[in-house]
Amino acid sequence: MDAITPPLIDVRDLVMTFPRQRGLVDRLAGHPVQIVRALNGISFSVKRGETLGIVGESGCGKSTLARCLVRLHEPKSGRIDFAGTEVLKLQGAERRAYNRRVQMVFQDPYSSLNPRMTVRQALSEAISFHDLRQGDAIGQRIAELLDLVRLPGDAADRYPHEFSGGQRQRIGIARALAVEPECLIADELVSALDVSVQAQIVNLLLELQARLHLTVLFIAHDLRLVRHISHRVAVMYLGAIVELAETEILFTRPAHPYTAALLKAAPELDPARRSIVDAVRGELPSPLAIPPGCPFHPRCPYVMARCRVEPPLLTPRGEPGHIAACHLETRPS
Amino acid sequence: MTSTARDPLLSVEDLRVSFGTAHGQLIAVDGVDFEVGPGEVLGIAGESGSGKSVTLRSILRLVRPPGHVSGKVIWRGRDLMTLSEPELRRVRGGEIAVIFQEPMTALNPVLTVGTQIRENLKEHTTLDAAGRQARAVELMDQVGIPAGKTRLEDYPHQFSGGMRQRAMIAIALASNPSLLLADEPTTALDVTIQDQILKLILRLRQELNMSVILVTHDLGVIAQTCDRLAVMYAGRVVETGRVAALFRQPRHAYTLGLLNSVPRADLVRQPLASIPGQPPSPTTMPPGCPFAPRCRFKVGPCDDAVPPLVEVAPDHRSACIRHQDVAGAGA
Repeated sequence: MDAITPPLIDVRDLVMTFPRQRGLVDRLAGHPVQIVRALNGISFSVKRGETLGIVGESGCGKSTLARCLVRLHEPKSGRIDFAGTEVLKLQGAERRAYNRRVQMVFQDPYSSLNPRMTVRQALSEAISFHDLRQGDAIGQRIAELLDLVRLPGDAADRYPHEFSGGQRQRIGIARALAVEPECLIADELVSALDVSVQAQIVNLLLELQARLHLTVLFIAHDLRLVRHISHRVAVMYLGAIVELAETEILFTRPAHPYTAALLKAAPELDPARRSIVDAVRGELPSPLAIPPGCPFHPRCPYVMARCRVEPPLLTPRGEPGHIAACHLETRPS
Repeated sequence: MTSTARDPLLSVEDLRVSFGTAHGQLIAVDGVDFEVGPGEVLGIAGESGSGKSVTLRSILRLVRPPGHVSGKVIWRGRDLMTLSEPELRRVRGGEIAVIFQEPMTALNPVLTVGTQIRENLKEHTTLDAAGRQARAVELMDQVGIPAGKTRLEDYPHQFSGGMRQRAMIAIALASNPSLLLADEPTTALDVTIQDQILKLILRLRQELNMSVILVTHDLGVIAQTCDRLAVMYAGRVVETGRVAALFRQPRHAYTLGLLNSVPRADLVRQPLASIPGQPPSPTTMPPGCPFAPRCRFKVGPCDDAVPPLVEVAPDHRSACIRHQDVAGAGA
């Protein structure tokens, strides 16, 4: 990372926990509230104009992280800085201004768009709320936005249910762009779409990013997509970043056995390269009971005595900016 | 590896499925043919609405009214379409077993997994109660559920997603099926668990010499798991052949488009070769090739009539007028 430009987003030691819902029986029996540790001290930063990919399996905390960044969740502790201001302390108008600059696009646009609002109503609500245009200029801006996401002009007066999945995702993006954000947080943006339509949306995202100089956090479980889109990638496991590197380094020379296992497990398009051995044994432990030491140790093929007791720290791995949390001295195969 | 040309275990001929709706007759599957050989894994790939799941379900007549199914499904010399219900029941869940994407909706939530395995054993084997219990433990072990004996007494909700899918496979295997129908069995699972389940299915195929039909939208899953592949689009098989040949040199414009839509390692942050537009709605099917409106290889005759699925290379069939140009374009 170059030392001169400060990062646009800087996250330090972010911790988020949720109390687990207790059933009536648990309450009557006086069982203590269990705590789900969703984020266990996450730190990373994103440069302006950069795409940071965040990958991990369900329950790793990637969506919780996204929600903390837009303050849909209030983290328990830690710090988020955006362009030099401390986000978690913002109140009132300043907080609204932050929410304009950082926009989230969800996996399922159908549940994030109001079904009773036409596209025009949804877009103009966003534009007027932040007072970005007045009067006729709003209509012009809507036409501009639809053009930007490649939807026909007559889309403005239709309702969300009249569109296909891919088109709805375009509306979701238009809705986010309506307020002229600097940063987009895309949580499983294309996961619900068919492959051919996925490619359309990915292309749109790449094009918009170049045109509007957007900073993007691309959160997904699909490694191929993340590799395609991201400049750098962070791998999460049980609420922690276990490895972070430039995309090519991470995909070709992973330092953490979990990253290596994820890469091995992702089905390759080449039928000639098949394996009959499981990429990794076992299942994800419950976030209610994260294993001591390295959280990956029960599944790790390289586990050593030290891994069971001593949590590994994120340490540099040779190439600039490459960090991983693993006691192994050599790279996993 | 077997060739199906000689002696198919299952052959589906001219399968058609339609649903009567308020908007008229909706054709979900429009004349599908394919065969599965003994011990072979056939993949059926397609995007949502292509008819791949309905095709799979029709094999065991699991499509309910207003769905209407016609065509032939020849299983060991008998047409499953014309069997009586009691005869069909012996095949369904017996010689041919099914697993689904979401085990939670396919398993009975109020019965333990053990009860559900033993039920199937009772229906399809001659084992006595003690034999069924012993076999149930064996099956749990075979599908990789640790502490199988105690876990038999657990209910489906006490299992994780991956373990639930394993439990469903154990129930399916109870009847010693010769053919396993798998409808997106790993779509809801994480990638490391998907990998485990797919490899389990492949291992079982080997051990039990079982055939598998695997329906999925994920071409990576097909590449890693299947021997042969049928690509479906808008209710029809548009290309079919051996997986290796088909991935190396697709001969239908749609298959080529699908393969090109998947991001590749060597073209990072470049625009993907997406397919413009979206599949036709089943109520407004174009008169010619259903893919023509989105096709970059389209020529005049594509709009005139639906191209038939014809042999374009050994053991490789395609329903594309321009299959030679597509083959030349490469994936």
